[in-house]
Amino acid sequence: MATKKFMFVNRKAPYGTVYALESLEVVLIAAAFEQDVSLAFVGDGVYEIVKGQSTDGIGMKNFSPTYKALGDYEVTKLYVEKESLEARGLTLDDLMDLVWEDEDEDYAEKPSIRLVSAAELAAVFDEQDVVLSF
Amino acid sequence: MKYSIMVNEGPYTHQASDTALQFCKAALEAEHEIFRVFFYHDGVNNGTRYTVPPADDRNIQKEWSKLAETHEIDLVICIAAAQRRGIMDADEAKRQGIDGDNIAPGFRISGLGQLIEGGIIADRQLVFGD
Repeated sequence: MATKKFMFVNRKAPYGTVYALESLEVVLIAAAFEQDVSLAFVGDGVYEIVKGQSTDGIGMKNFSPTYKALGDYEVTKLYVEKESLEARGLTLDDLMDLVWEDEDEDYAEKPSIRLVSAAELAAVFDEQDVVLSF
Repeated sequence: MKYSIMVNEGPYTHQASDTALQFCKAALEAEHEIFRVFFYHDGVNNGTRYTVPPADDRNIQKEWSKLAETHEIDLVICIAAAQRRGIMDADEAKRQGIDGDNIAPGFRISGLGQLIEGGIIADRQLVFGD
């Protein structure tokens, strides 16, 4: 089957609605179909990859560890919109340490998160074949 | 143009399903092709035949079923999303030990791979949601 560039746009906080969790399920299937997968985190979507998440007390599964597995599925392009992060008083240090292992460089760990401006993100969107927003 | 459609919201609460339906009708009228409509999140609730809206309102489920019948459109409900929300076909009801099914005519239940396949095969994939 052909390979296309799939972009998953994550716009919602991880809890409160089911969109983030069900988005991640689609991402894993797209990766299993060996598509060229990218993720974008914009708006409240940046909260999806904040570190130290705990769902104790709200009765929901903490699915944030799944983001750490994305590298193993060759999902290595996670674009975080700089303006969204700053508007929420967050910095890169507040986000999970998401990495992937580069086979070509003796499995060296490389960061998956790419901090980009809204304008830079627009250029990334422009390169995509399929954009799915959640 | 070959389109693949994704519907992410249930009927009536959001307009997404109405808009998707209207887009499909307009696209078909303009002789475009709808490869598949994939229902995800609460969008799976478009596929229960147990909805009974008031007589002076539109029946969204019946309109989807009619579209499927008239134009042979593939209406696919995500199995994982459906299981969470109680949308069942006969096979799934039997497997889960549930006493009945509620899937509407023209809909079928399948996996998320159908959504990705839609994106690969279609020229454009459109998302209707919140």
